[in-house]
Amino acid sequence: MSLLAVEGLGISFGELHAVRNVGFSMKPGEIVSVIGPNGAGKTTLFNMISGIYLPKSGTVHLGGEDVTGMSPHLLARRGLSRTFQNLQIFQAMTVLENVMVGYHLHERGPVIADLLGLSSSRRRSHEAEEKARMLLERVGLVRAAEKEAGSLSYGALKRLEIARALALKPKVLLLDEPAAGCNAVETEEIDHLIAELAADGIAILLVEHDMKMVMRISNHIVVLDFGEKIAEGDPATVSRNPRVIQAYLGTQAAEVTYAVG
Amino acid sequence: MRLSKQATLLVLAALIVVAPIFFPSGYYFRVGSLLFVNSLAVVGVVILTGYAGQISLGHAGFAAIGAYACALAPVHLHVHPSIAAIIGAVLSAVVAYLVGRPILRLKGYYLAVASLGFGILVSMVLANEIAITGGPDGIKVPELGLRAVLADWGLELTNAQFWYAFSGLVLLVGSWLALNLYNSPTGRALRGLHESEIAARTVGVDVAQAKLVAFMISAVYASVSGSLLALQNRLITPDIAGYMHSIEIVTMAVLGGVGSVLGAIFGASILTLLPQLLTVFQEYEQVMLGLVMMLAMIFMPRGLLPSIVGLVRGRGE
Repeated sequence: MSLLAVEGLGISFGELHAVRNVGFSMKPGEIVSVIGPNGAGKTTLFNMISGIYLPKSGTVHLGGEDVTGMSPHLLARRGLSRTFQNLQIFQAMTVLENVMVGYHLHERGPVIADLLGLSSSRRRSHEAEEKARMLLERVGLVRAAEKEAGSLSYGALKRLEIARALALKPKVLLLDEPAAGCNAVETEEIDHLIAELAADGIAILLVEHDMKMVMRISNHIVVLDFGEKIAEGDPATVSRNPRVIQAYLGTQAAEVTYAVG
Repeated sequence: MRLSKQATLLVLAALIVVAPIFFPSGYYFRVGSLLFVNSLAVVGVVILTGYAGQISLGHAGFAAIGAYACALAPVHLHVHPSIAAIIGAVLSAVVAYLVGRPILRLKGYYLAVASLGFGILVSMVLANEIAITGGPDGIKVPELGLRAVLADWGLELTNAQFWYAFSGLVLLVGSWLALNLYNSPTGRALRGLHESEIAARTVGVDVAQAKLVAFMISAVYASVSGSLLALQNRLITPDIAGYMHSIEIVTMAVLGGVGSVLGAIFGASILTLLPQLLTVFQEYEQVMLGLVMMLAMIFMPRGLLPSIVGLVRGRGE
């Protein structure tokens, strides 16, 4: 059975049909990429799946449950987590604290215990800190743990967001352009990280412009153009599809063919 | 950059204990206890505005609930004034819940507007329900009685000295609670939603509920501060609920640096003491006060204490 199933999803802003009738499904451990030109509706699709926009039509099922239009914090409890194209970092908090907020669902407890600084509250914080440090280790940021997040480089912030999203132990992870603005080395690191996460059984939905990366790591690709799905399939099939080449790949076709082999 | 919890409490306790050595007269105990009462309400604002990034312009309404509870509950419910203060605090939390719940689901500055309306409503009720509240002339508040108990134990304090010590102690407890909260799961969730609501929501923070909790906690701080004021003045008037008082509380916090407990108390000190110093300007006192605040906010937008610390460290922020 599919872990995440999107069916006939659509939304319009005024006259503009930003996304129309888009559907796909994903299984645990699968990497599905959504590609398409700028303005094709990729981020809008993400925002509908993650509960930020209320879709006008269609459904989203997570683990068999209808979660269409459900609030993000409720989706988080059901194991759906995401990162943002335009970084949503808690800038004034430390790197460590950013990830600890990611553990909110595990570390939260009675407010009165937090106010009184009871040992139960301190223990919850302590456990979250230990786990957060381990995650920072995993994304290579452990040495920056005590720094203010705002002082980090763009690439480091991208990894910090992934660490924070991982903290809630998601079953489904939505990554919106994780490699944008990263140099070649950083891109490769993120590439490895995504493959590792998928190997752990997390279903990963990816929006990314780096076609080499997309073609290399995706199991399945959904192509959007003007808010509609124009093709889907495995990387080799999609990269040979004439509509896809015309709409999007165009000049990149040569290097994609090279990447797919 | 930030002082630890222990260091902050130590600095605060030391200032409270040492300051009386420099008091030229008993009058300054009175100024000091007023300062602590103001500071307590301002520490509540640190939680609401500094941690959670929400603005309330009606906190004087909660101070009034705390104050009038101390005047009315002993008479009508025959309880001790200390129990009356607790009743006031619980009532404030309940009212904060009722006012905040529909509002805090909305984004933006709705809370500021709604709380402003709430504060004005409270002050109108207090001024008009003369049969119960005594109206604009105010109402008497019973003696707390703790000073007499201390005297029985051999600790003789003047009224001003007692209230200086007692308010100082309550302020220390209030600061301790706020500092505990800062580095707790709840505190991190509040600071997170302050910076990015959307990110806080996607990691599972129930943003509306977290804001409501912050609003309720800060309402209790304001309520207790109002109770302390009523109990030491022994008379309370509807002025306490006036919207100027609400604005004053927020201004104190923002002026000193709303992100930290010590900064906010510093702001409360400046705004409590400055009018005393500016009396030399006589009729221009208010103008000077406004000028000082404007200059401070233009040149030190993060608040006085963080900016001064930054300057001392040579970062010139």
